Amino acid sequence: MQLRLEPRALQSRAMRYASPLIAAALTLVMGFILFAALGKNPPAAFYAFFIAPINSVGGLAELFLKASPLVLIALGLAVGFRSNIWNIGAEGQLTLGAIAAGWVALDPAFADSPLLLAAMIVAGILGGMAWAAIPAFLRTRFNANEILVSLMLTYVAQLLVNWLVFGPWRDPQGFNTPQSALFADGALFPILIANTRLNASVLLTLAAVVVSWVFLEKSFLGYKTRVVGLSSAAARYAGFSEKRTVWVGMLAGGAAAGLAGVGEVAGPLGQLLPTISPGYGFTAIIVAFVGRLDPVGIVFAGLLMSLLYLGGDSAQISMGLPAAAAALFQGALLFFLLGADVLVNFRVRVIRAVPLDQPRAAL
Amino acid sequence: MDMVVSVIAATLGAGTPLIFAALGELVAEKSGVLNLGVEGMMLVGAIVAFITMRSTGDLWLGVAVAGVAGALMALLFAFATLTLQANQVAAGLALAIFGAGVSAFIGKGFVGVTLENRADAGLSLPIDIPLLSPLLHSLHPLVYVSWLLFAGVSWFLFRSRAGLVLRAVGESPASAHAVGYPVIRIRYLATLFGGAMAGIGGAYLSLVYAPLWLEGMVAGRGWIALALVVFATWRPARVMLGAYLFGGITIVQYFAQSAGVAFATQFMSMLPYLATIVVLVVISRDVAMIRLNAPVSLGKPFHPGV
Amino acid sequence: MAARNDNPARLELRGICKSYPAVVANDGIDLRVMPGEIHAVLGENGAGKSTLMKIIYGVVKPDAGEILWHGARIDVASPAHARELGIGMVFQHFSLFETLTVAENVALVLPGNPGLDDVAARIGGVSERYGLTVDPRALVHSLSIGERQRVEIIRCLLQDLQLLIMDEPTSVLTPQAATRLFETLRQVAGEGCSVLYISHKLDEIKALCHRATVLRAAKVTGTCEPQRETAASMARLMIGRDLPKCNHPEAAGDGEERLVVNGLSLVCDDPFGTDLADIRLAVRSGEILGIAGISGNGQQELLAALSGERSTPDDDAIHVCGIAVARLGAAARRRLGLCFIPEERLGRAAIPSMSLADNALLTAHAQRMVALGMLRSDAITDFARRCIDDFDVKCAGPHAEAKSLSGGNLQKFIVGREVMQHPKVLVVSQPTWGVDVGAAVSIRQSLIELRNAGAAVLVVSEDLEELFEICDRIAVMANGRLSHAKRVTETDVEEIGVWMSGLWPDQVAGPVSAPLVESLHAT
Repeated sequence: MQLRLEPRALQSRAMRYASPLIAAALTLVMGFILFAALGKNPPAAFYAFFIAPINSVGGLAELFLKASPLVLIALGLAVGFRSNIWNIGAEGQLTLGAIAAGWVALDPAFADSPLLLAAMIVAGILGGMAWAAIPAFLRTRFNANEILVSLMLTYVAQLLVNWLVFGPWRDPQGFNTPQSALFADGALFPILIANTRLNASVLLTLAAVVVSWVFLEKSFLGYKTRVVGLSSAAARYAGFSEKRTVWVGMLAGGAAAGLAGVGEVAGPLGQLLPTISPGYGFTAIIVAFVGRLDPVGIVFAGLLMSLLYLGGDSAQISMGLPAAAAALFQGALLFFLLGADVLVNFRVRVIRAVPLDQPRAAL
Repeated sequence: MDMVVSVIAATLGAGTPLIFAALGELVAEKSGVLNLGVEGMMLVGAIVAFITMRSTGDLWLGVAVAGVAGALMALLFAFATLTLQANQVAAGLALAIFGAGVSAFIGKGFVGVTLENRADAGLSLPIDIPLLSPLLHSLHPLVYVSWLLFAGVSWFLFRSRAGLVLRAVGESPASAHAVGYPVIRIRYLATLFGGAMAGIGGAYLSLVYAPLWLEGMVAGRGWIALALVVFATWRPARVMLGAYLFGGITIVQYFAQSAGVAFATQFMSMLPYLATIVVLVVISRDVAMIRLNAPVSLGKPFHPGV
Repeated sequence: MAARNDNPARLELRGICKSYPAVVANDGIDLRVMPGEIHAVLGENGAGKSTLMKIIYGVVKPDAGEILWHGARIDVASPAHARELGIGMVFQHFSLFETLTVAENVALVLPGNPGLDDVAARIGGVSERYGLTVDPRALVHSLSIGERQRVEIIRCLLQDLQLLIMDEPTSVLTPQAATRLFETLRQVAGEGCSVLYISHKLDEIKALCHRATVLRAAKVTGTCEPQRETAASMARLMIGRDLPKCNHPEAAGDGEERLVVNGLSLVCDDPFGTDLADIRLAVRSGEILGIAGISGNGQQELLAALSGERSTPDDDAIHVCGIAVARLGAAARRRLGLCFIPEERLGRAAIPSMSLADNALLTAHAQRMVALGMLRSDAITDFARRCIDDFDVKCAGPHAEAKSLSGGNLQKFIVGREVMQHPKVLVVSQPTWGVDVGAAVSIRQSLIELRNAGAAVLVVSEDLEELFEICDRIAVMANGRLSHAKRVTETDVEEIGVWMSGLWPDQVAGPVSAPLVESLHAT
C-alpha cells in the first residue's frame, strides 16, 4: 500500500478554507509534543500560552494592539504578494515610517500644532513608501531582485535608527540611554479604552481592511494585480503593465508598514528606540499567507499571530518557557499551511500494490 | 607586513561562511530549487554547532552536527516544495523565519556565552616564504575545507556525469523525467546538500568567526549568499571572488575603526548590505546574461504527473 | 493462437487502459507491431496517441492491460528500462536540454559513463551512416528545430534499436525535409527495426506506413493497410464521419490596408530567440494573409512585435489603420482595433485558474465591463455567457475555470472573445494547434466570417493544409525574414515548402548569406 498525490481537475474550494485550520491544528500538536518534551505539563502550558493572555479586558486590548500592525502590514503586503512581488522588507519600511514620524514629532516647529499627529501619519506613510520605492525602482529599472534588496534595506534601516538614537536624536535628559526624547501628548494616538494601551491607530487598520477589500476584490487595478501574479505572459498579452504592478505592490506594502511604524512610536512606545518593532514586518508575511492574501482572512490570522506573541511572553513569565517559542510556532504554522495547501490542488489516493501483469483468467 | 597578513587573513576568514552557504545554494539552484531559507539554516547550524562544541570541545563534531542540522532544515523545505508542491519562494521565507525561531528557542541559555578561543593552527610550510607562510599558518582549517569544497563542487558540476544529470534536471525537469531521471530525488539530494553547507557556514560563524552565540548572529549573511549566487551567475569561481569581496568589505569597518576614521560605526556596518544591493543591480541589469546562465527551471515546481 | 507464438510480434499491447482525473486517455487498446514494420498510430488530437506511446516508453504506468515484447510479458518500469530493451522515442516536444551540447545530451541517455569525446565519435558514425549531419559540440539552443529532431533520432540510433517511436515528427519539418526523414525511417526499418509512427496527417501515413491502427476517443476503431485506403476512408475511421471543410468564398482583395509592416528589424532580447530582419507585409480589409514556416524562425518575435507585447524603437515600422503604433503597448493597440490570439492558450491567452468570466475581462474590458475603475460583474458574466452561446463552447458556464475546458472549447472561447470585440485587425497564431477536427473547422469558419465582415486577418501557422484552406494570400517566414506574399490560387504546397527553407526567388538571385547556406545544408 502506498499514498500517491493526484492532481485535482479543479481546485478544491473547501480545502482552501480548511487548510489554515489543518495547519493550526498541526501547530498545536507540535506545541503539545514540544511542551511535553521540555517537561512542562501541556495543558498548563496551553493555558499559559493561549488563555491567560486574553483573560481580561487589558489582555484583549493588548491582543488588538499587537494585531493592528500585523494586520495593517499584511494587507499592504498582500497586494504585492498577489502579483508575485515579494516585498519582505516591511520591517525596514516600518522603521523608516517610525523615523519619519519621529522627525516630525521631535521638530519644535510642529510642537503645538493641532495637526501634529496628522503630519506624523503622512510623514510615516511617505517614509515607508520611500524605503519601498528603492527596491521598486531597482526592480523595474535594473531587474534587481526585490526580495534581496528590500531585505538588505531592512538591515540598513535598523542601523539608521540605531545611529539616530545613539547620536543626533539622543534624549539630552536621558542619562545617555540610547533613546529619543519622549513625544508630546499631541504626537500620540488617543487611548480608546481607559487603563489599556489600545489606541486610535486600530481604527486606521479597520479602515485599511475595508479599503483593501474593495481594491483587491472589486477594482480593475486589483484584477490586473491578480493577473500579473498568476501569469506574467497573460498580463503582457493583455497589456497590463508589469512595472506599474511592481510599483503598486511595493508602495502599498511600504505605505502600510510606514503607517504601522507611526502606530508604534505614536502609540505604545511614545519615542524612538534602537528597536522599533519586535519583528512585526516579518511576522506580517506569515499573517498575509495564513490569511490567504484575503483581507478578512488576514484579520483572523493577525489576531492569531498576536495571540502567539502574547502567549510567548506569558509562558516565559509563568512557566519559564523561552519567549522564542512564539517565533517557533509562527514559523511552523506557515510551514504547515504551505504543506497543507497541497490538498487544494491534489488529492491523496491510497493505492494497494497490485501487480499490473497479473495473469488474466481468460487467457 | 603583519598588517598585510592580518588584513588578508581576516578577509579570507570573513568570506568563508559565505562560501559554504553560497556554494551549497548554487548546487541546489543548479537542480532548479530556489531555497530562500539559507539564513534560517545558517542560524540553526550556528547554534547546534555552538552547543556541541561547548559540551564536547570537539570542533569537527560541532561542524558535522551543524551540517546534519542544516540538512534537516532543508529536508523540511524539500518535503514542502518537492513532495507537497508548495511555492518555493513562500516556503523559503517560512524556512528563514522558522530557523530564526528555532535557533533563538534552543539558544536561549547560551546568549552571550563565549567559547575559549582555541588556536587552530593552519598549514605550516616546510620553507619560509614571506607573506605566504605566515598567512597560511594563520588560517583556520575550515578555510582550507572551503577551498576543497570549491574544487569539489566545480569538478562535480562540470566534470562528472552526476553533475551533468543535475544540471539537466535544473535545465528541463520535464525532459529529464521523459528520458528517465528521478527528478524529485535528485532535487532532494541537491537541496539537502545546500542545507548541510549552510549549516556548516553557520557553524563557522559561531565557532570560529565570533566565537559566541547571539540571536540572529548570522545578520543577513544567508541572504547575501543568495545574492552572491546571482552575482556569480551560477559559477563557483565567481562565488569565491564575490565571497572574498564581501569579506573585504566586512572587515573594512574594523580596520577603519582601529585606524581612527571618524565615521559612525553604524554607517560602516551598512556597507556589506549596500554593497549587496549595488552588486545585484550591476549584475541583474544584463537580463540576457542572467537568462543565459540561470537554471531554466529555477523556482518552478515539477510534478511528474504519475 | 499457435501461429502467433511461432512468429511473435516485436511489440504487442493487450487491453491497455489509462485514465486521468478528468479524462480517459486509453480504453482497452490493442496493438501489434511486427519486426521491420513501419506502423502508424492514427488519430486526431486528444484521441490518446501520446499517452499510449508514453506507456510503451515507460514514462507513464498503465492502469490495466499488458505489454508483450517479443512475445514475452513485460513491465516497462522506466525510460531507462525501455532503452535497455531497445526502445527509443523521439518526442513531439523534444526532450533535449537547451544549454547543454549535443554530445552531453546524447551522453545523458547512454548507459555507463562514456567520455564526451567517445560520444562525439559515435555520433559522427551514426550521422554518416544515416545522412543526419550535426555538430556534436554545438549547444542545442543554437540548432534549428530540424537539427534538434536529428539529435533526438541519433540519440535513439546509438543504442541497439529495435523499436523507434516517432511522435508527430513532421509538424516541425518542411515537406521536403519530411520526405528526407521518411527515407531515413525506411532505411532504419529496412535494417529490421520497427517504427511506430504517430500522426494525424493522412497523406503522410499513406506514403510511409505499412499498417495503421486508428484511435478515436481513447479506443481502437480499426486497423488498415494505408496504401489500400483512401484519405477519406481513413478519415472516417479517425473521426467517425467525413472530413468537414470550410466554406471559403473568394476575397474581394480591394479593401484598405489595415495592418502594414514597413521594414521591421528587431534584435531579439532573448538569447535563444531569432532576430527579425526587414519584415514587410500588408493585410487589407476583407482578406486573410497567412504566414507559413517552421516554428522558431522568428514567428514568436514578429507576433510579439505586432501585438505590442514587445515595443519597437522604430516608430514607422508598424501601422494599424494608418496610425504608427510601433511604440505603443498591447492595450493601446487593442484600443485601435488590433486583437491578437496567441498560440499558448493556457497561461497567455487565458489564465488557467480563473473563470471564463474573469478571462473575458482580460482583453474585452473595454466592452463596458469597467466603470470608474470598478468591475461590473453583471456585464462581465453576460459577455462570457454570450460568447459561450454564440461560439458553441462546451463548459459548465461562465464560472467554469479555463483549465477545465478541452483545448478545442477553450480556443473557441478565446476566438469568440476576440471576435466579439469587432476587431479591425485580427492577428492569430496557430489557431487550431492541438484542437479536435470539429472545433478546428468551426474556428476556421469564424475567421473566414470575420474576414467577410471586413476585418483584416493575419494567420501564422505551421499547418500548410490549414493555410491553404482559409487564406487568400500566403507568405513564408524563415531565419527571421519574410517572403513576399503569393495568392493561394497561384502557388502550391510544394513551392511554399521550398520557400520554408529560406529559398524564395528574390533571395536566390542575390548573394545568399553564410548562415543561410549552412542551414540549407543542414536541413
